[in-house]
Amino acid sequence: MTHHNQLFYEKEISNCGLTGFISKKGRRIGGETIIKSITLMHDRGNGLGGGFGAYGIYPDYADYYAFHLMYENGMAQQLTEEYLEANFRVEQQEEIPTRRIRAIANPPAFKRYFITPLKNDEYLEAVDYQGLTEEDVIVRHVMAINHEIEGAFVVSSGKNMGAFKGVGFPEEIAEFFRLEEYEGHIWTAHNRFPTNTPGWWGGAHPFTLLDWSIVHNGEISSYGINKRYLEMYGYLCTMLTDTEVVAYTLDLLIRKHGLPADLACTALAPPFWKLIDQLPEEERRLYTAVRQVYGSGLLNGPFAILFASNKGLIGLNDRVKLRPLVCAEHEDMVYMASEEAAIREICPNPSRIWAPRGGEPVIALMEN
Amino acid sequence: MKIDAQGLYYKELNQKIREAVAGGATTIELEHVNGQYFIADGINKPVTITIRGVPGNDLAAFMNGATVVVNENAQDNIGNTMNAGKVVVHGHAGDVLGYGMRGGRLHIRKDVGYRVGIHMKSYQENKPVVIAGGKAGDFFGEYMAGGVLVLLGMFTDDPAKPKHGYLFGTGMHGGVIYVRGGVDVSRLAKEVGAYPLEAADQVELEGLLADYCKDFGLNLQEVMSEPFVKVLPKSKRPYGNMYCPMPK
Repeated sequence: MTHHNQLFYEKEISNCGLTGFISKKGRRIGGETIIKSITLMHDRGNGLGGGFGAYGIYPDYADYYAFHLMYENGMAQQLTEEYLEANFRVEQQEEIPTRRIRAIANPPAFKRYFITPLKNDEYLEAVDYQGLTEEDVIVRHVMAINHEIEGAFVVSSGKNMGAFKGVGFPEEIAEFFRLEEYEGHIWTAHNRFPTNTPGWWGGAHPFTLLDWSIVHNGEISSYGINKRYLEMYGYLCTMLTDTEVVAYTLDLLIRKHGLPADLACTALAPPFWKLIDQLPEEERRLYTAVRQVYGSGLLNGPFAILFASNKGLIGLNDRVKLRPLVCAEHEDMVYMASEEAAIREICPNPSRIWAPRGGEPVIALMEN
Repeated sequence: MKIDAQGLYYKELNQKIREAVAGGATTIELEHVNGQYFIADGINKPVTITIRGVPGNDLAAFMNGATVVVNENAQDNIGNTMNAGKVVVHGHAGDVLGYGMRGGRLHIRKDVGYRVGIHMKSYQENKPVVIAGGKAGDFFGEYMAGGVLVLLGMFTDDPAKPKHGYLFGTGMHGGVIYVRGGVDVSRLAKEVGAYPLEAADQVELEGLLADYCKDFGLNLQEVMSEPFVKVLPKSKRPYGNMYCPMPK
């Protein structure tokens, strides 16, 4: 038997990649470092999504909410700016600096606004009579813009942080947004291989709300349950991608319900009932309560996620570890990535390097 | 011969390795490796490839007779469907080691991740062996159908960690797992049980560990100084009755 003419084809080997690090002492590190780390995992994505989360990048406007807006058309921009002017004092607004490169065709427009909410009637009604906080009001505005203004999307809305994301490989997105010009003390990055949902600019990671940002490798098969649960609390999922629910769930659990970060992680990836039954009485009762109260917040399916806020960086796997996550420490730095090599690329000899257990969060908080 | 892998894309690096093997090289040293995928995949000559740096995922997949020595840590999916040969890793290794492995040996000095030895199988003289010197994550020996897994729990970077994870041996229906110093029975999957070694097991294990100790310069007597237990499947067909009862 003779061999047929061999048909070589390029096998698709991508599977999403993520990386991130924190300087716990708050040293600001240039964007080139995170770019180097995520670029090493180029083949984990397929060019349909790349993005970055950066903290500490706007020290001159640290007290203002930094709204990164993406506009698909001019009308969206006009309506959004009218909306912002009606509800906020706009301290500063500008185009987000970009650089045109061959790899990025037809990008939407990006602007950023450094804003504080106006104490208008709506604000006073919410805070004085509805028992809401200023941050709740911000969340409402983010939901309103995303939901009601066609073609406008809030890419990020936290203080002294920003998300930069789009359709392309992460190194291309970094070049487009000139990320080497920023310095931050926490950085996360994502290389996307969209599986179930479209590869569009809003669907790239990170997903954000206030200063939460999430990058995620995997798929959340409980999306429908999580989405409906979040809708009860006023969160509207508009990004067409499962990861969005993680950002809102963490906002609900940690900011609204006051759960400590580790317990919030337990709600997302709780131990199996069989294991809970073997735990000492107090832990057994705690985990039972968490599973009962937050059953609809449980994330089913394989995932590794990094989530960041101004307070720190947290890595978490699903409880049976169906996606990779490696962590390392060196001096005041903590690194988390899909592959050890992505850490070694920017920290060749960490003092400790390990793979966390499934469902066991790695929590790296800022000192002070 | 030496190949400097600094900044080389994985395709270029693997092309150079394959050319060197085709050219008759018996030893290849790779310098400055960091994250390149698929190294030594499908190599079917008795060449020794030494790696400095951390090789990327899917190291030694489908390998058939070569030897790979990793001087530092390695990542996920080593030895996928490997047929013959050996991989020696002086540091730790990641998840899903020896997936569907059919022959040859994986010797890891330190900790290993989740799902080590998943779907490993054996047939006649083809008997894959995976030995981990450190601790292991959950699902050790998952769906294992043949071959030998050995867990020592001796060399770890994380002394506080338990020797092995949960759901040990889930779906296992063939082969044997030897564990130094016993297993945590509460973490065994329902399909497996822990048993004492018989004389023939002792001989087999000692032979395997002698080879392991030679690779890392370890003292065999010290490794054998604690008793081992063996973990075996209770049934050859653990899921035989899953959907409908099968005739006896």
